[in-house]
Amino acid sequence: MSYSLRFCLHPSILKQIRPSFSLIRWNSTTTPAEATPRKITTHYTIYPRDKDERWKDINMERYAEEYDVVIVGGGPYILFFVSVPGLSAALKLRQLSSQQNKEIRVCVVEKGSTIGAHTLSGACIELRALNELIPDWKEKGAPLTNTVTKDRFYFLTKNSAIPIPIFKGVPMYNHGNYLVRLGKLTAWLGEQAEAAGVEMYPATAASEILYHDDGSVKGIATNDVGIAKDGSPKDSFARGMELHAKYTVFAEGCHGHLAKQLYKKFDLRKNCTPQSYGIGLKEIWEVDKSKHEPGLVLHTAGWPLDANTYGGSFMYHILDNDQPLILVGYVVGLDYKNPYLNPYQEFQRFKTHPKIRPIFENGKRIAYGARALNEGGYQVSKNKIDKKYFFISSHCFFFLILLAIPKLSFPGGCLVGCSPGFLNVPKIKGTHTAMKSGMIAAETIFDLLIKSTDENKTKGIEPSDYDNRIKNSWIWKELYSVRNFRPAFNTSLGIFGGLLYGALHFVLRGKEPFTLKHEEPDHSRLKKAKDCQAIEYPKPDNVVTFDLLSSVALTNTNHDHDEPPHLTLKDDSVPTNINLPMYDGPEQRYCPAGVYEFVENDSGQRQLQINAQNCIHCKTCDIKDPTQNINWVTPQGGEGPAYNGM
Amino acid sequence: MAIRILVGVKRAIDYAVKIQVKTDKTGVVTDGVKHSMNPFDEIAVEEAIRLKEKKIAQEIIAVSCGPAQCQETLRTALALGADRAIHVEVSGKDYEMLQPLAVSKLISAIAKKENVDLILLGKQAIDDDSNQTGQMVAGLLSWPQAVFASKVDIKDKQAEVVREIDGGLETIRVKLPAVITADLRLNQPRFANLPSIQKAKKKPMAKMSPKDLGVDIKPHLEYLSYEEPPKRQGGGRVSSVDELISKLKEKGLI
Repeated sequence: MSYSLRFCLHPSILKQIRPSFSLIRWNSTTTPAEATPRKITTHYTIYPRDKDERWKDINMERYAEEYDVVIVGGGPYILFFVSVPGLSAALKLRQLSSQQNKEIRVCVVEKGSTIGAHTLSGACIELRALNELIPDWKEKGAPLTNTVTKDRFYFLTKNSAIPIPIFKGVPMYNHGNYLVRLGKLTAWLGEQAEAAGVEMYPATAASEILYHDDGSVKGIATNDVGIAKDGSPKDSFARGMELHAKYTVFAEGCHGHLAKQLYKKFDLRKNCTPQSYGIGLKEIWEVDKSKHEPGLVLHTAGWPLDANTYGGSFMYHILDNDQPLILVGYVVGLDYKNPYLNPYQEFQRFKTHPKIRPIFENGKRIAYGARALNEGGYQVSKNKIDKKYFFISSHCFFFLILLAIPKLSFPGGCLVGCSPGFLNVPKIKGTHTAMKSGMIAAETIFDLLIKSTDENKTKGIEPSDYDNRIKNSWIWKELYSVRNFRPAFNTSLGIFGGLLYGALHFVLRGKEPFTLKHEEPDHSRLKKAKDCQAIEYPKPDNVVTFDLLSSVALTNTNHDHDEPPHLTLKDDSVPTNINLPMYDGPEQRYCPAGVYEFVENDSGQRQLQINAQNCIHCKTCDIKDPTQNINWVTPQGGEGPAYNGM
Repeated sequence: MAIRILVGVKRAIDYAVKIQVKTDKTGVVTDGVKHSMNPFDEIAVEEAIRLKEKKIAQEIIAVSCGPAQCQETLRTALALGADRAIHVEVSGKDYEMLQPLAVSKLISAIAKKENVDLILLGKQAIDDDSNQTGQMVAGLLSWPQAVFASKVDIKDKQAEVVREIDGGLETIRVKLPAVITADLRLNQPRFANLPSIQKAKKKPMAKMSPKDLGVDIKPHLEYLSYEEPPKRQGGGRVSSVDELISKLKEKGLI
């Protein structure tokens, strides 16, 4: 869906309109210098329309459709996390429906312009769940042709790379797994789902959760269109649609904006620790055949991150239609403390390492993207721990990964996939677990639908068996066995602690539990700017490293320039009053798309400017903002990045 | 007497996508890349729908020539308000070599077959920037043409069209049947919303091949190579007017 005023930006049209048409600047509101705070946020979630004069005479009625199951989210969103749970749930429901001859109406809404457009992942996947869902995936032409042939792990220092052995038994051992461009697999899964009778609605964003009178979930409403940048209705204003369902499955991926509301409303995080996140940035390179080893899986840790910042890289060599490609990426834990840290720049810096650089030197970069991911794990409090105690205390945290998973079901629906977070941290894989969660949700819901009554029309039933089935499945067993991995990185030994645990895990595999006091969430880990050192990043050389804006261009992201910015601030004055003075504006550094900029206004003061058009829907700002002032909501459907097989 | 309109829509690479040239220089990468309806065609469709809303038009037929994926584009046109769709199937190598003259022949054949009173097209497609189809259709049918329209008024089987030209705006009157191509400022297209997308699935879509229409789509142009524009050279700073003059002399510019 494109809007004619955006054409102003297309080069062939630019030539035409320049003489007779002044370009509308696509920056946020540019009111003349006046007293703070300057109005940045105009979205109706912050300024409700029923109190807004301009909406007085607008018809806000919505058309509604009834479904058995509505699934929010069509496919994987996250790096490392193959959360194709939305599609696997849909497909499983239809499979059950045809097997048992009970007709059920399932639909999937997906905010990306096509299924797979917002998908981003490494990815090296385990086929366990796919084999259960579609055993004949090979005959059906699934884009899975690259198997892992070699597994390498290096610990990097500034100038060298120390190999760390990977062998069978260690979770990171990857033989038998597949390297895949997840966006393509997602698109393929979407086709399978559509062929099985699932109604697919790409380019449709779920913007609101609907509730019955008793507070249970009734379904969702899709986004309204035709709202101007200042929040007023345009001529093209049209209301979204309501999709009512007996069960609504939320598969929005890591840190979904509707899931965020659900956590609060149903207190789903009551008995669990705060979620821990990372940001994953990824590029696809076409490289020289001489530097290419198909099936090679390479991971690194260490440089350029310091010992106390979690993160590392991945490089997967694949052959895609005879094209020698490398899927390369970098993850930085979002519990980092230094506000001067810039994950994008760390990624670029990583590529300059003497062992890494030669691989990309004559190559061509063809894609870029980023997304936040769950890490499930948890942090140890900052005590000095010597080896012996570390040994014991690491077992204490066995609950921690599991504890980070919230309650999964609520009246009227449930959460699947990366939304709650099923990543197996050391395996660096979440696909299979997320997919399996989608399938289990489908089975639970189907069983409930078979014996459904008219009760469903006025209140949502809770598929509470879903939580139990997850706990009894191989997902739980698997996550249990690797529970301590992430916490192990967060002792004062930093990454060495993590590597040590990695070696120990080979023997340990799980001991008794002690409970530990709760740790803080990622956004509160940031130290004040005055207590930290600024980091000097090298300038891009345009051979191996590049500047941010040319990277953003590769995401093909776009948003209507005349719509309210979908990065809403609860309080417009916080960026200039708190973020800038105390943390030197971390948002200008952690955003992988250059959305947040502090620019000088006419009176020389720095103010926040939100370039919402650049947003690639990674959700990092919603996670990392120190005061949680940023609330990401969906823009109009069909907007955002248009990744091609990321 | 309400008129019948034929609207041509083309499925082109979305304007926000960064184009990549294939390494063998035979074309641009289209596999898996986001495509959408050509923006000027959206404006044409919108104009047709507005004419229908004003009761000037009674039927809108959308047509697209290309591979199977064009049906998605046609469904969008149906969702916006077209009544029927016609998909002229041209795929593979034939589609790579499909040129404006062939498309014009196809559209003219359909216009004659459907006996329409007005053909609305976008002024040009954003992938090849040819700006030829509308004009050639008018030539083949011997119909009047009003291209680069920024305002269209239809009354009594005549169309008064304001055209955007280099010198400003030109207003002409043409007798129907005629060909009008849409320019940027003709209107602002509406959004297709979910209920209309669902209804569009039930609207009729006919499929045909160029052979059915008796049209020979053989190409007359051969594409020799596709290359990226030359990389921008960095600028240099000069410290004085004299240095500027000497640098310009060096480059042989003055």
